[in-house]
Order: sequence, then structure tokens, then C-alpha cells
Amino acid sequence: MTQMNMVEALNSALHEEMARDSAVVVLGEDVGVDGGVFRVTDRLIERFGPDRVLDTPLSESGFVGLAAGMALYGLRPVVELQFDGFVPPAFDQVFSHISRMRNRSQGRYSMPLVIRFPYGGGVRALEHHAESIETLFVHTPGLKVVVPATPGDAKGLLSSAIRDPDPVIFIEPKRLYRAAKEEVPDGPYTEPLGKARVARQGDDVTLVGWGAMVPRMLRAAELVAAKGTSVEVIDLRTLKPYDEASVHASVERTGRAVVVQEAPRTLGLASELSARISEKLMASLEAPVVRLTGFDVPFPYYKMEAWAMPDVDRIIKAMRTVLTW
Amino acid sequence: MIADEYDPLKGGMFQVLDKDGNLVGDDPGLDVELLKDMYWWMLYTRMADEKALKLQRQGRMGTYAPSRGQEAAQVGSAIAMRKEDWAFPAFRELGMYMLRGMTLEHNLLYFMGDVRGNLVPEGVNNLPIYVPVGTQIPQAVGAAHAMRLLHRDTVVVTYFGDGATSTGDFHEGLNLAGVLKAPVVLVCQNNQWAISVPRARQTASRTIAQKAVAYGFPGVQVDGNDVLAMYLATREAIERARSGGGPTLIEAYTYRLLMHTTADDPKRYRTEAELQEWEARDPLKRYRAYLERRGIWTDGWQLELEARATAMVNEAIARAESVAPPAPEDLFAHMYAEMPDELREQLEQLKRSLDGKEVEDDADRIQGGFP
Repeated sequence: MTQMNMVEALNSALHEEMARDSAVVVLGEDVGVDGGVFRVTDRLIERFGPDRVLDTPLSESGFVGLAAGMALYGLRPVVELQFDGFVPPAFDQVFSHISRMRNRSQGRYSMPLVIRFPYGGGVRALEHHAESIETLFVHTPGLKVVVPATPGDAKGLLSSAIRDPDPVIFIEPKRLYRAAKEEVPDGPYTEPLGKARVARQGDDVTLVGWGAMVPRMLRAAELVAAKGTSVEVIDLRTLKPYDEASVHASVERTGRAVVVQEAPRTLGLASELSARISEKLMASLEAPVVRLTGFDVPFPYYKMEAWAMPDVDRIIKAMRTVLTW
Repeated sequence: MIADEYDPLKGGMFQVLDKDGNLVGDDPGLDVELLKDMYWWMLYTRMADEKALKLQRQGRMGTYAPSRGQEAAQVGSAIAMRKEDWAFPAFRELGMYMLRGMTLEHNLLYFMGDVRGNLVPEGVNNLPIYVPVGTQIPQAVGAAHAMRLLHRDTVVVTYFGDGATSTGDFHEGLNLAGVLKAPVVLVCQNNQWAISVPRARQTASRTIAQKAVAYGFPGVQVDGNDVLAMYLATREAIERARSGGGPTLIEAYTYRLLMHTTADDPKRYRTEAELQEWEARDPLKRYRAYLERRGIWTDGWQLELEARATAMVNEAIARAESVAPPAPEDLFAHMYAEMPDELREQLEQLKRSLDGKEVEDDADRIQGGFP
């Protein structure tokens, strides 16, 4: 075990998986000599060489399509898109082909690649560098979507994503990149996709969220615990496929749920979770499921960014709404 | 015609001044006031850029993309435009931005994380900064096409870097410009590096200018550190566009002397020797040497300009730093011509939660840093 932050843990996963399987290749803008703008691909080019660690020209649609072709032919590409706001040009390749090649070819072809990118606000970034766009991928049939919230999960889930037979969109909360360190296993290490994690156990209300919202949910839970409210915090980890069993078991027990997301409100994943919980657990619910979300505005420049993200105060108030229903 | 003489398939880069400020050919005989203006804007850009970098380092401003080394490419091209022409920028055009009337105060506000920095003053035909690389190019072509449809005699000048030439938007935009014969001038500031990726890894083409050939219109490689060459090449391209001759691609061959943005460290990917080589081709030093030889530049004039620039920069900073903090309404303003009820409701929710705030917590503090 080694103390690592999330960037170091992701870097460790890439080193281990590239060493383990020679089909794994990394490509993207500045992933080679520079080691990625956040240093997630640090020292890969020294160790594995420029054939396996490719600094691409600045063309997201092009190199995501390139990776799709490489995957089709048997490689295991891990693509880095530099920022959330630069993902849209690549979306055509993801939406039209990567997500559906297995289906279109009736099982003859598949595109087992990983597309990684940092997402979210709270780091005083420039515009187009702080978007939460996970819903676009969750909404696209045929993709798996993963968002880690801890260094250990970052390593374990990225390794699983690389080994997975289907395309995985791996979205990293940049606000948590260097926020905390924890003991992370050395050597190859996986965490299963499709499984949520109970980050804190409790009985009165269930908080469900992912990525950068997880530390805020935990802090809110800690603050209300001092006043006698017992909160269960679920870190979804895999956004798709949805771990209904874990989430629903918790909500069935507490009877109350708040889903927290940084993304804009309308048609966010919180809306889907709210619908699923409501449809399946109507009889167990003591209150309507509440969504706590960003607003339906472009993510603001940094002077206003604190307002755009659910904070501890708003999480506590949302819990109060369902507890006093 | 410069574009004929410097056919990119034959090679050669258009230059008026060599790196020491000596005339390569005949003196273009430009008006002295114009020559002085060009120097002023280059110097003001250099000084404003230096100060902006300091503000970022002092934590008074967010991530910043410096222009140092590219002043001639920006000023020489923008000064050839008429006020009623339109400019579509990328994000490293401080000289063009200020010359076109966008004000330094606006630019600083933008990098201070304030959307009000994007407010384009009335009468200024500039678009705000475009961060997603290359996305402005098809739009610039579209605006130019509209000018032609509406029989205006204005043109569009759009700016982008060498990295942008790899994007689909660049190729689609240039193709459309050629097909539609749009009155647009496409200025590529080829500063040799797209963050850590060198020009040679961006495209296998020998030059960027030659890409225009495939799209059926002229392309010319210009010494982007030579303000006179940039002016003359852009003036010719604008005249061609204005008179119905269609688009031109100008490759301004220049160099980013500093980092891509304040969030990166160029020492990781390029050599000190290369930097020194380009420091020697500094566009300001070169132009100053020319002006001095012409008897236009003097020590006294330099001091006068520096004093004026310092005062203007300080005033812009003071104004940018003294704007009122944004209000919750600003988060929802200008989303639609008229605010829908559901947004009004979200605004009320935000106001209520700020008014009744009970917990300010460490978990909400900025963590991690950028990048």
C-alpha cells in the first residue's frame, strides 16, 4: 500500500495495466512528454515508448475515432480528453459508433476502449473547463460510465474499465485530483464496475451522489449526525449500469432519499434516479425523492462558481426537506 | 501581389524586416503615423501582458494565456482592418483585442473569472474569446458569407493557432470559405507549440499556409514577428476579400515566448536553446531598430509611451478590480431574451439558500487547483 492522491492512483493504474497487457495504449493531447496537463499519464512515455503513448494532434473527433479503430483491431486504447469542455467534438464518434458497434455488427465487432476526461467545477478554471456532462453518456445506450470519488476507487475502477470488454467513459472529478490521499494497493488492483459503495452507514435518510459531491455529502452527514440524524451516503461510482440493488436496499430501509448532482438540473442523472426509486419503492417512501442539483445555466466563470454547485449547506437543507415532509 | 510571389508550394516566407530590423527589400513607404501606432500597440500589449501575468502570480487573476512574442502578428494584422469589419478571436490575441476597442479592463475581468469581461462595447465588431479550439472558424466564415449575401463591403478576420489546424472545424471552415468565396481572412498564429506538442507533430505539411491550396484559395506564410510584413499581407488579403476575391489564409510564423497558460511549464517540453533563438527574433526589438534607423524612435518617445502604457494598465486593473461583485441574478441573466418561469424559480431557490445560509464548510473550499 502507498499513500496516493487521485492523480497518482490513476497514474498507477495506467502503469500497471500497460505493464500487464501490451495491447493497452494511451493517446491524447499532451499525454506523452508533458505527462498530461494534470500529470495523470506522467512517465508513461519514458517507460513504454512513443508507440504506446501517443501525443496526438489537436483533434478530439479524429483521435477518438482513431482509438475506435485501434480497439476494433484488438488494441486496448485509453484515450485522454483534456477537459470536459473539449469533449463535444468527439461525441459524434462515441454516439454514432463506439456505443453501438457491438450492436450494429451483431456481436462481430466491439470497441473496448476507455475515454477518460476530468470534469466539474470548483477549481477556478477558465470557461469550458468545468462542465459536468456525464448525463450525455449515461443517456447514450451501449456505454458504461464510471466516476470515482476516492484514490483507491480511481485506481481499481480504471483498471477494471481498461479490462472491460465494452467501451467505458471514465470521468474524473478534477476538484478531487489532489484533494486527499489514502492508502492504495500497489500492483494490479481492480474494483468491480456496476457496484455502488456505501461511503457511510445510516438509518434516517439516504444521500446518493458521485464524484466531487461525495466529500460534501459525507461532511453534511457528519454535521447532522451531531444533531442526531443518521445519514447513509452512497457513492454511486458506476453511473451506468445503475446499481439498483444497493441504492434501493438503502432507500427501502431509510424511506427517504436525496440525490445530489453537480450537473444542471433538467434531465440530469438525479432525475433518472428519482424516477427509478419512485417507481420501485413507492410503498417504502416517507417523502418524495429530492434532487439537489446545479442550475440550468452554463457552468459560470469562477467568481460565481460556488453558487452553481450544491454545497454542504444546501445538502443539509435538502435532507431536512425529506426528513420533515 | 504578395500571395502570388510567396506561393506556399514554392516556399519562402514574406518578410519586410529581418530579425535585426533591416529592410529585406524596398521600404514599403507607410505613413509615419501608422508606423508609430503599430509600435504603440505592440508596446502597450507587451506591457499589459507582463502585468496580467503578475496579477495571475499574485492570485489576483485566474489562469491566463500570455501573448509575449506574438505582438507583431496580432497588431500588424488587426491594424489593417476597418472598424466596421468583424474579428473572431481565439484566446491569445490581446493586441488585436485592445486595438479593436475591447479594452484591457474587459480582458482582465474575463481572466478574473467574470463573464462581464465578455461584454463587447457598442460599435465594436468583435466576438468574445473562443476557448474551444478552432470552433470560431466556421462561424467567421458564416458571418463573412452573410456580409456577401447582404451586399455589405465589410470583411471578417479570424484568429487561431497552429493546434487549431488539426481540428475538423478548421478544415470544414476553410472548405466552406473556398466554396462560398467568403470575404474572410484566416490568420493562423503559428507559434510552434500547442501546449507541449510541436508544430512538426501537429501536421506533416511543410507549412500551414499550403493548406489553403487544397481548399482553392491563396495562402501565404508571413514572418509573424515582422509587424510590417503582417500588415502588408493582411491589408492585401482584406482588399482581396472586400473586392470579391474570396478568402486568404495567412500563416503568421511566430513563437510563444512564455507558457501556453499560467497552468503549464514549458521547461518540461522545450529547450532553452530554442527559446534563446526566438528571443533574438523578438518582434518589438526588431521593429524598434527599424524605427530608430528611420529617426522615428527615440529614448524620449519610448519613455513617453511607457508612461502612458503604465498609466493605462494601472487604470484598467483598478477598474477591473473595483467592479461590483456579481449578484445571484447575474448567474441567470441573458439565458434567453425573456427568462422562463422555471429559471426564475431556480433563481429564487438560489437567493433563498444564500439568504438563509447556515453552514460555511471547509468541504466547500477550493481544492486541488488548476490544472
